[in-house]
Amino acid sequence: MTPAHPAPSRPASRLPGDLFIWYVILLEGATFAVLFVAFAFTRLRHRALFTASQQQLDLSAGALNTALLLTASWCVARAVLAVRRGTRGAGLAWLAAGMAGGAGFVALKLKEYADKALEGIGLSTNLFFDFYFILTGFHLLHVLAGLLALGLVGIGLLRQPRGVLQGHALETAAVFWHLVDLLWLVLFPLVYVMGRA
Amino acid sequence: MKPERVLDLVWLALLAATAVTWGLGASGWVGRAGLAGVALVFALAWAKGLAVLLEFMELRHAPPAWRWGLAGALTAIVALIVLAYALA
Repeated sequence: MTPAHPAPSRPASRLPGDLFIWYVILLEGATFAVLFVAFAFTRLRHRALFTASQQQLDLSAGALNTALLLTASWCVARAVLAVRRGTRGAGLAWLAAGMAGGAGFVALKLKEYADKALEGIGLSTNLFFDFYFILTGFHLLHVLAGLLALGLVGIGLLRQPRGVLQGHALETAAVFWHLVDLLWLVLFPLVYVMGRA
Repeated sequence: MKPERVLDLVWLALLAATAVTWGLGASGWVGRAGLAGVALVFALAWAKGLAVLLEFMELRHAPPAWRWGLAGALTAIVALIVLAYALA
């Protein structure tokens, strides 16, 4: 039997999950920061090209993907709270909902890539699209890695014996998942929104 | 307030901010507003990122060095991007 706690038990002032994931976050954050800033400063020298190319992107698809990732992040955060309360079923349901949001993001991103390919736009089209495919492709790999981690954590939750519900692995995967969301929150305005006229 | 309700409200605010960002881009206002448009769009992105750091990643309850370090890093990155647009 899984105990239902009145409130999530979390010691004051601690990092959720494994400390190692926070160092991964620093590294990944720094890598994307270099790419974001490089994009912004490269645009300085190629303003007309960047603006014209950005207008070929599907702004609504970018916004919908933002909403999907934010929703997926919210679901995973709710899963962490549910597991802390000792409610495995609710935790798994929130986790599955979060993964569905992530899968939706992947599907929409692949559709965007397919649409671009049909328009004859690829990796070597121009400098803007070099950045576009590197930034979004590298980010997409992180989404896939996050989905894999969440899936493995979900299987781990299913296998835990009744009455004992450990949320440490879920917290660790959740922190990575939120980073993937956070990176997109900067990528979306930088790549999709700016340059609109 | 229950932590679940806090997450729900943060999620709704994040969706609303995303809708505003989409509207600013789709209407063409961002292209016309110059640096003000850049500043507003990235101020929204910064606020959204901060909400994810503090509430979803639970840095609000983390040791201050991690909380301030990551919030400061996000601020610095967004500021550098806005600087690049200001120089254009």
